[in-house]
Amino acid sequence: MEFFEHLSIGLSAALTWTNLLYCLAGVFIGTLIGVLPGLGPTATIAMLLPITFTLPPVSALIMLAGIYYGSQYGGSTTSILVNLPGEAASVVTTLDGYQMARRGRAGVALTASAVGSFFAGTFATFLIALFAPLLAEVALKFGPAEYFSLMILGLVAATVLAQGSLLHALGMVVLGLLLGMVGTDVTSGTQRYTFGFPYLADGIGFVVVAMGMFGLAEITRNLEREEGRSIMAKITSLLPTKEDWKRMVAPILRGTVIGSAVGILPGSGSILGSFAAYSLEKKVSRNSAQFGKGAIEGVAAPESANNAGAQTSFIPMLTLGIPSNPVMALMVGAMIIQGIQPGPAVITEQPSLFWGIIVSMWIGNFFLVILNLPLIGIWVRMIMVPYKYLYPAILTFCCIGVFSLKNSEVDIFLMAMFGVLGYLLSKLDCEPAPMLLAFILGPLMEEYLRRAMLLSRGNPWVFVQRPISATLLALAVLAILAVLLPSFRKTREEAFKE
Amino acid sequence: MIKNGKDFWTGLIYIFFGASAIIIGRDYTMGTAVKMGPSYFPTILGGILLFIGIISLVRSFLKSGTAIEGITIRGMTLVAISTVLFGLLVRKTGLIVALPLLVLVSALGGRGMRWVPALILALGLTLFCILVFIKGLGIPLPIIGPWFGQ
Repeated sequence: MEFFEHLSIGLSAALTWTNLLYCLAGVFIGTLIGVLPGLGPTATIAMLLPITFTLPPVSALIMLAGIYYGSQYGGSTTSILVNLPGEAASVVTTLDGYQMARRGRAGVALTASAVGSFFAGTFATFLIALFAPLLAEVALKFGPAEYFSLMILGLVAATVLAQGSLLHALGMVVLGLLLGMVGTDVTSGTQRYTFGFPYLADGIGFVVVAMGMFGLAEITRNLEREEGRSIMAKITSLLPTKEDWKRMVAPILRGTVIGSAVGILPGSGSILGSFAAYSLEKKVSRNSAQFGKGAIEGVAAPESANNAGAQTSFIPMLTLGIPSNPVMALMVGAMIIQGIQPGPAVITEQPSLFWGIIVSMWIGNFFLVILNLPLIGIWVRMIMVPYKYLYPAILTFCCIGVFSLKNSEVDIFLMAMFGVLGYLLSKLDCEPAPMLLAFILGPLMEEYLRRAMLLSRGNPWVFVQRPISATLLALAVLAILAVLLPSFRKTREEAFKE
Repeated sequence: MIKNGKDFWTGLIYIFFGASAIIIGRDYTMGTAVKMGPSYFPTILGGILLFIGIISLVRSFLKSGTAIEGITIRGMTLVAISTVLFGLLVRKTGLIVALPLLVLVSALGGRGMRWVPALILALGLTLFCILVFIKGLGIPLPIIGPWFGQ
C-alpha cells in the first residue's frame, strides 16, 4: 500500500528526537499565544521566521505548523474560562463554552473542546495524506494560465470571506498586489517604486509587512480600551458524564467534516468553519433550545471545525504552492528561505519533508491533548497576565525578529510604518489578511500572467479557453455573485456580527 | 455631505495609492500584452485601485454607514515612537541600551504602569533576549554597540 509507505516515510522523519522536540516547542508556543490575548499565529510565526533560518527545513516547518494548529487549542481555553476568545476562530466557543463554565462545567467544556480538536486533527491529517498527492498530480498539469486563474480565485475568496465591506476588501487585495511590485522587476531588471532607495531593491520583506499589520496594529487596537479585570471560572472536574459523551459524538463528527471542507477553500483557514459548524449544530440539534445557555454541542462542534480547518488549509499550500491565508503565506516564505520552491513537485522531490510535516501534525495533536488537559493549570495562570506587561514584550519580540532578518534598521522603520497604516486601515473596516495574501502572490501573479500571455501570443481569451482555468475563474465569479445576492449577504453579516 | 466616513477615507487612500502607481509607473517601459514591460501589470492594478477608490468615495456621499470610532492617537504614536527609537539605537548602542529603552518607553506610555514593574520588565526581557536569542539560538545581534567602544 502506497499510503502506508508514505506514512512510514513520514514517521521516520517526524520521530527523530530533534523533530519531536521542535514539534513540542511549536505546539507549546501555539497554545501559549492562543491563550494570550492580542497575539495571534500570524504575528508569532512572522516573529519566529528568522530563528528558523538556522534549523533544518523539516524541523522548521514542523515547528511553524505546530504553532498554527496549537493556537487553535489555546484560543478555546480562554473562550471557555474567561469569555475572551484568544483567537478569532474561537469566537463562537464563547457562546456556550463560557455558559458551561458559569454553571461549574468549565472542565467538561475543556475536555469536549480538546477531544473534539484531537479527533478533528487526526481526521484532517489522514485527509491530507490521502488527497494531497492526488491534488498534486492534477497540479502538475497546470500551466501559467491555470496558476493565474487559481490565484484570482484565491484572492476573490479571501475578499468574500473578509469582514466588512466587499469593496474595501477588494481594494486591499489590489493594494497588496501593488505593494508586491516594489523592488526589482525580474524580467527587465528595472527597479520599480523604490524611490532610489537601495534597501527597496529586493522589495519589501513580507515578514516586515506581516509584523507591522498584524503585530503592531493589533497592539495599538488593544491599547484603545482600558483593561477590564476578567473573572476566571473554576475548573472542578474534567470528566464528562455518559450523557455528555453521547451528546458530543455527532457534533464532533459534523464539525470535523465541515471544518475540513471549508478549510481547503482558499482565503478561509479556520474561522469560517467554526461559525458554519455552530450554526449547523444549532439547526439540527435536538437540544437547540439550550444553545447559548451552555450546550456541550455548541463547544464540541466549532472546536472540532476550527482545528480541522487549520489543518486542511495546509492542502493548497503543500500541493499547489498557493497559500490560502496569511499564516500559510508565511509558511511558503519559510520554505523559500530554506531553498524549497513550494508547489506540486515538493511531494516527489522532498518526500520526507512532506510526509514528515503531515505525520508531525498528528503527533502534535497528541501533545496538545496532554498540554491542554492535564497541564491546564499552567495556562490558567498565563491568562491572568495583564496586557500592560504583555505588550512591551510582544513589541520587543517584533523588533528583534525584524532586525535579525537582515540586520537592517530600515526594516524596523518600515514595520512601524505598516503598523500605523494597518491600524488606520483596520479602523476603516479594511482587513489586513487579504492584503498580506495579495502582497505575497503579487510577483507570482505577474510572472504567470506574463508567461500565459507570451504563450498565447497576447490573446487574453486563453484564460477562458483552457478548461481548468475557465472553471477556476467561473468559481471566482460565482463567489462574487453569491456575496452580492441579498440572502447570502444577510447570512454573511450575521456570521461576522460577533 | 459625507454620509459614510469610512468609505470616504478609504476612497481617498485607494485613490492616492492607485494614482501614484500609475504616475510613477509612467517612468518604466509599458511593453505590449505579449511582451509585458515592467509598468504593464502595476499600471493595470493602479487603474483598478483608482476605480475602486472612486466608487468608495462616491458611495460615501450616497449611503450612510457606521462612524469611525475610538482611534487611539496615543497608542499609535506610542507603538511607533518606541519602535523607531529602537531602530535608531540598536546598531549604535546595541541591545543593552536599545532594548530596555523600547520596553520602558512603550510600557510607561501605557496606562497604569509604575516605574518599578516597568524596570523589572525591561531588565527581564533584555536578559531573556540576550540569553535565548543570542547565546542560545546564536542569532548575530549586537549586545554592546560601537558607542560604548566596541
